[in-house]
Parts: sequence; structure tokens; C-alpha cells
Amino acid sequence: MASIGRPQPVSTAELVELRLRGATLDWRGHLLQGMLLTSLLLALAVLAILLGDIVLRAIPVFTERPIEFLTGQLSARPQRAGISQGVIGSVLLMGFVIVLALPLGIGAAVYLEEYAHDTRMTRFIGTNIRNLAGVPAIVFGLLGLAAFVTLLRLGNTLVAGGLTLAVLVLPIIVITTSEALRAVPTSIREAALAVGATRWEMVRSHVLPYAAPGIMTGSILSLARAFGETAPLLLVGAVAGTFSSSGNPLGQLFGSYTALPTVVYNFARESKAEFRALTAATIVVLLIVILLVNATAIVLRNRYDRKW
Amino acid sequence: MDGGQQGRMTAGNETFPQALSVADLRLDPRRRRREWAIHRLFMAAAVLSVVISAAIVVSLVGNALSFAVKVDPAALWTDGWFPRRGLYDIRTLVAGTLIIAGVAMLIAAPLGIGAAIYLSEYAKPRTRGVLKPALEILAAIPSVVLGFFALTWISPNLIQRISGAPLFNMAAAGVAVGILIMPLIASVAEDAMHAVPAYLREASFGLGARKRTTSLRVVVPAAISGIVAALIVGISRAIGETMIVAIAAGATGGSLFELNPFRPGQTMTAAMTSLAIGSDSVRGAALTFESLFFVGFLLFVVTLGLNLVSDSFVRRVRERY
Repeated sequence: MASIGRPQPVSTAELVELRLRGATLDWRGHLLQGMLLTSLLLALAVLAILLGDIVLRAIPVFTERPIEFLTGQLSARPQRAGISQGVIGSVLLMGFVIVLALPLGIGAAVYLEEYAHDTRMTRFIGTNIRNLAGVPAIVFGLLGLAAFVTLLRLGNTLVAGGLTLAVLVLPIIVITTSEALRAVPTSIREAALAVGATRWEMVRSHVLPYAAPGIMTGSILSLARAFGETAPLLLVGAVAGTFSSSGNPLGQLFGSYTALPTVVYNFARESKAEFRALTAATIVVLLIVILLVNATAIVLRNRYDRKW
Repeated sequence: MDGGQQGRMTAGNETFPQALSVADLRLDPRRRRREWAIHRLFMAAAVLSVVISAAIVVSLVGNALSFAVKVDPAALWTDGWFPRRGLYDIRTLVAGTLIIAGVAMLIAAPLGIGAAIYLSEYAKPRTRGVLKPALEILAAIPSVVLGFFALTWISPNLIQRISGAPLFNMAAAGVAVGILIMPLIASVAEDAMHAVPAYLREASFGLGARKRTTSLRVVVPAAISGIVAALIVGISRAIGETMIVAIAAGATGGSLFELNPFRPGQTMTAAMTSLAIGSDSVRGAALTFESLFFVGFLLFVVTLGLNLVSDSFVRRVRERY
């Protein structure tokens, strides 16, 4: 373009032909594309290194004493330490999240998307939920410490931890559920209303079934998030030490408790070198659960992804 | 359709069809009561979110205020953060937080935005179908895992190679935080570029522009609000990130004022965890319990402010297209 007006060594026809045939290699374009791809691959390379490094470190534990490691109790002695309390604690915490946060979150999303009129109040609630989702996890830990541990006098129990995690994932569940509900076209709702359905009947029989895969995906992903969350649990008293509990693991409900990510943190702080392998092995267990859950969510989303 | 036909049939059978009253159009009382109950139930669930935010603010402000009232102002501006000795130098925490967030953004901003441009403009659907889930898996790695990775791999293999840093240092934690927030930045920025309508690209190609000119001079400027939003969300997440710093940045008990990223340091979040896990200190002596909430309140205000700004940028993209 800039060359117009300047004397040209070749005829216009030749120049146009040259341009159309793309005789000039756009090496800068290729360079840019290469750099962009590199930035993406670099991040994925780190992911690969991370997974490889941790699996390599964990191998000795899984080859030498896999059963004792999974079923044993926490201990300051690396030869005897196991993670059973962490596994059970995490499962119980997830139970709390499923029972408390899922119905509440889906209910709130249904209200905001299907019932509420576009009033100032509704918009306030919506903004509020979006901001809650951006609050750092550790601040939810403070809420748990002030509200559940101190005010409700639950103490450093698993109940307080479960409530804290439920509150933490609630806004994420509301947001993902809202998105899934919004993806259901209005015509589906009108079809239900036109044959005399009430609003709840419309939601139950028409909107929720179509939005179900999206809601499931979002909920599963937020469960995975809760499963790996550590910081808030430290504030509401998940044990960050090697406690020796009485034989009954369910005693964790009302006594001192711990969870898998807290165990990871705990082992990572130990200075003995043997704990490095134990940390890595615990991380492998944690990652297997989290990656399986995420893979399920991704498969679910790809299978049921529909364009209206 | 059905209703219409039936209506005509009855109109044929009866000469004077009875007019419907308002009562006929109402639902039967049981159905109406159930509707009402379910409506209220859902509403209560939504209102709960407001209650939770109010609870967060109240619990933070109450204890933070009592800290601000009781603390000796001179203790807020001393040589370091040693809560057990009554030294609460806020500068130490702010400096550590900013250094780690800065290192993280140095890593995450170019990688995240580069990945976003590639995914949105260059990647073919099949490549995208592989790379995007891979990025989502990176996003799913818990921060406590990245903290361990920062301490055992990033610090000895990267940071200690290029400097004489000790094993625990802020740079390693910053790099790991950068890796943690990179997928988030990539995903928000890609959403923004995805929202740029195709006709803008076509107009650019129609004028004879190359792919790279179209991507960098048309799509990126059109999506700039969303890209800025992605960066701000990234900073906010980096500031609020806890476990990586708690594990890899060192300074568990306290820290001196430190500006060198190749030295151990303390962030607001890490200071909170170390206050909390020294379980005696949370309930025990002096102002440690209140100082926990004071730091939390600062963190809450900063991240809330960043999130609100980023939200307004995102809305700007949405309004435009």
C-alpha cells in the first residue's frame, strides 16, 4: 500500500500477480504464530514436568508399601506414616459440600434466572455472588473461624470445615448453574407455559432436564475445587500436625480432623528427606481424584454440548 | 391447538357456552400454595448469598477494628512482621505480596495472552479440542501441589541456577503463582477475543491484511477491555494465593522487610496461615487473633476492588458486541 506513488521497477500487473501468488513469505507472521504456540506449550510443558516429577518421587512409596501408606495413620515417623485420616476427612468434607452447597446453589441460580424480575435487588444479588466467587479462599477461612468455630461454638471440628468449604463453593455453583440455565432457549419455557404449566412445573419438567448436563459439569468442577482447597481448612482448624487418633476414623466428625490437601501441606513442611516421597505420594492420590473428576466433567460437557 | 378445537366443539354442542370467571383461570389452591412455597424457598437460597457476604464483612470489620484500636501505631511501621513479638509491620507484607504478584504476572501475562491469541485466532478446531482441555487440567491442579513443586523443582532447578538464592525464596513462589494463574488469564482473554464478531476479521482480510495484522491490530484492540479484565483478575488471584507462598516463600514465623525477590519473604496470605497454624497464637497472647482479621480485611478490600474494576471492563466488552 505504502509503495503507491513511488516509481516501481516492475509493472503493476507483475506486482499484483506477485502479491496474489503470495511470493513473499510472511516470516514475521510465522514467527508470531510460533511464539504464540510456544507460550501455550510452555505452560503445558510445566504441567508435564510437574506430573512427571511428582510421579517419579512417589514411586518408592507405592512400590514398597502401597497398602500401609493408604490405610496407615499419620505419624511423625516416615516409615510408618499413612494417609487414611486424610482420605476419610476429605470424603466427609465432600459429603458436607454436596448436601449443603449443591441444593442451595442450584436453588439460588433457579431463583435468579427463572423467578426473579430484573429489579435492583436481583442485580445486587447477582453482583454480590460474582464478587463472592472472586474472594480469596483464605478469607472464607476467616469467615469460618469467626462464624462457625467461634460464634456457633463448633470448635475445630469437621463440621466447621465442611460448612466453610460449602460456603466457599456456593457462589461458583450458582454462577455455573446460572450459565447452564441461560443456555436453555426461551422457546422451551414458552412451550411449557403455553400448555398451562406453572412456573415450578416448567422449571422441573422443561428447564432443569435440558440444563442438567451443564449443571452437573459445573457442580463436579466445583467439587474438585473444594477437594483440593487447603488454606481455609487451615484457618478453621484442620490439623496441621501429625496427630495420632484413636482407631475409629469416623471420630473425626466431632474431634480433630484433617483432609488430604492439609496432609500434603503438613508433609511438605517436614524437614526429613523421607517425607519428600511421602508428600509426592499423597499428591498422586489427590491428583488422581481431581483429574478423574475433571475428566468426567469434560467428557460430560463434550457429550451433551448442544447448540440450539 | 387442542384447546382451540375443544373450545369450538363445546361451542357447537351448547348454544350459550358459560363465560369463564376469574376463579376458573386460577390454579387450584394446592397447586398455588406449592408454587408459592417453592418460590420462597428459591428466594431464600439466593438471599443467603447476601447474608454470607454480610457475614464476611461483619466478621472481618469487627475484629480488624478492634486490632486497629488496640495496636500501638508504631508497631505497624517497624522492621518486620513478627506478630509474636508484637511487631506488625504492614509494609513487609505488602512488599512481599507485590513482589510475588509481580513475578507471577511477569510469567502469566505474556504466556496467558499469547495462549489466548493462539487458541482464539490460530488454532484449528482439532488442535483447540486438545489444547484447551489440557489447559483446563493445568487450572485444576490444587495450589498446595504447585507449592510443593515450587519448593522441590522450580527453586533448585530454575531459581538457584541463576542466582545464589536460598531454597526458600519469593521468586520460586512467584513463578509457581504465575503458572497457577496463567490458565485463568488465558481463558478470560480468550473469551473476550472469541466475542469479537467475525465481520471485523473479514473486513480486515478484505482490505488485504495478513493474519498477523488482523490478529494484533484488529482483534486484540477490539477485545482490549476483556484482556485488561483478564490481567486484573490474574493480579487479584495472585494476591489472594496462599498455599504456594506458605510452602515455598519461606518465613514461616515472621519476616524482615525484604525487597529482593531472591530472598525469603512474607505475603499477607502466608502471614495469615502461619498465624493460624501456630494454633496457640490464634487464641493466645496479645493481638495475634485480631491481627489475622486485620490482614484478612486488607486482603478482602484489595481483591474486591480489583474484581469490581475487572467486572466493569468485562461488561464493557459485552455491551459493545
